[in-house]
Amino acid sequence: MTWLNTLLDYLHYPFVRYALVVGVLIALCSSLLGVTLVLKRFSFLGDGLSHVAFGAMCVAGAVGVSDEMMFTLPVTILCAVVLLSGGNRLRLKGDAAIAMMSVSALALGYLILNVCSTSANVAGDVCTTLFGSTSILTLTQGEVWLCVGLSVLVIALFVLFYHKIFAITFDETFATATGMRVRVYNLILAVVIAVIIVLAMNLVGSLLISALVIFPALSAMRLFGSFRGVMVCAAAVSVCCAVAGLVISILAGTPVGPTIVAADLAVFALCALVGRLRGVRA
Amino acid sequence: MTCRDVTLGYEHKVVAEHLSFTVEAGDYLCIVGENGSGKSTLMKTLLHLQPPLAGEIQLGEGLERSQLGYLPQQTEVQRDFPASVGEIVRSGCLNRCGLRPFYRAEERALAQKHMERMGIAHLARRCYRELSGGQQQRVLLARALCATQKLLLLDEPVTGLDPKATQEMYQLVSALNREEGITVVMISHDIAAAVRDASHILHMGEHRALFFGTRAEYLACDLWTGRRERGGAV
Repeated sequence: MTWLNTLLDYLHYPFVRYALVVGVLIALCSSLLGVTLVLKRFSFLGDGLSHVAFGAMCVAGAVGVSDEMMFTLPVTILCAVVLLSGGNRLRLKGDAAIAMMSVSALALGYLILNVCSTSANVAGDVCTTLFGSTSILTLTQGEVWLCVGLSVLVIALFVLFYHKIFAITFDETFATATGMRVRVYNLILAVVIAVIIVLAMNLVGSLLISALVIFPALSAMRLFGSFRGVMVCAAAVSVCCAVAGLVISILAGTPVGPTIVAADLAVFALCALVGRLRGVRA
Repeated sequence: MTCRDVTLGYEHKVVAEHLSFTVEAGDYLCIVGENGSGKSTLMKTLLHLQPPLAGEIQLGEGLERSQLGYLPQQTEVQRDFPASVGEIVRSGCLNRCGLRPFYRAEERALAQKHMERMGIAHLARRCYRELSGGQQQRVLLARALCATQKLLLLDEPVTGLDPKATQEMYQLVSALNREEGITVVMISHDIAAAVRDASHILHMGEHRALFFGTRAEYLACDLWTGRRERGGAV
């Protein structure tokens, strides 16, 4: 049991404990929202917004804002609101709008980083931001508390609006027709998604956020036929994969983000297989 | 519900003008007409999903906007949506909840009652995407009934159903109208069925209403007799 001892040794370090706490919370939040996004055919929103957040982070770094999150969060929220609740006129071209915003934010972010950066190792910085290779292991206590606070808020909102979220995901027209304030709920959803993505950038980095949002939802949809079942299963899958990925990456010295995504992929393959065997239609 | 001189359309395009008609409590109004004559736009306007370009739509006494029941055409997203029948039917009760985040026992009971009425109570735990087209429509009808006790709006409820399921759907709707006194407004392609069941007919043509009146008047007017002479095509 040498690996267990190694793990227990590592758990004595605060940064490892922080990483586990933050990892589990982010995995939980992103999987809950992921179900809604996938079902609303907005799978790529996570990817697009994470690039926007990357761009914003680069700008913040270049301008010299001390707390990057205070700048990144509002910008990402704004983009999420524009994309998700910008009205039907915009939503018709939803995928194109997301792709455009995502690519330009990525390009401009890298450009600004290159021109203004004071660091000697620009490529290394970009790699870190995009793939989040070390940032989850360098969290400060303040960041952990911020993350805990925001996660609790997200989960609370989610529980309170669970039935409303179901209604606007399943049938927005019916919800509007029977007098629900769909726009308000879409707005809340957009804000929550933006918050989660900015949080998740610390864990898996900008490029791999999509995986964190999409994989648990897709895995759960292979196995369950009810909305609640899918939600619960997605959350469980996501948390397990995050813990497994973190532990493996600590023990084997692999990069954190890709390890978590690999774990998600493996679980998805398993779920797809089980679903196929049980004959649930994909 | 009264429509007075209503003009329908989108921002730049007028779809239909000068529509005037009244639906009394207990009526069964069928809206027929060709594709593109503005039937669906009329429905959206009645539901307040989009404003009329001119004129006004009044809801009668004791009828509030949140008390409409609506059976929309199915969307692509819904066909493979992972949700159980019970969850979908209960979501029709949401307009009673307001800001309250959870359902009360009475709302669960109401959903149960309507599932039984539609003959789908035994499917409550089944997954929506595994049901047949006719069963899916009954689920959505039960949801619409949860949202209303008075007025039911149906948008082509039999699209894509086989003949047997179509007949059952029509029978369910007329039974709701006759036995429970629920006012029905239905959009339909199927003029023959509309004439058989409905108490009133609104026939929409290009840019205007060609006819509004009771079933008996419709049977006597040119649109119906002319149609029969031409062998069924309108």
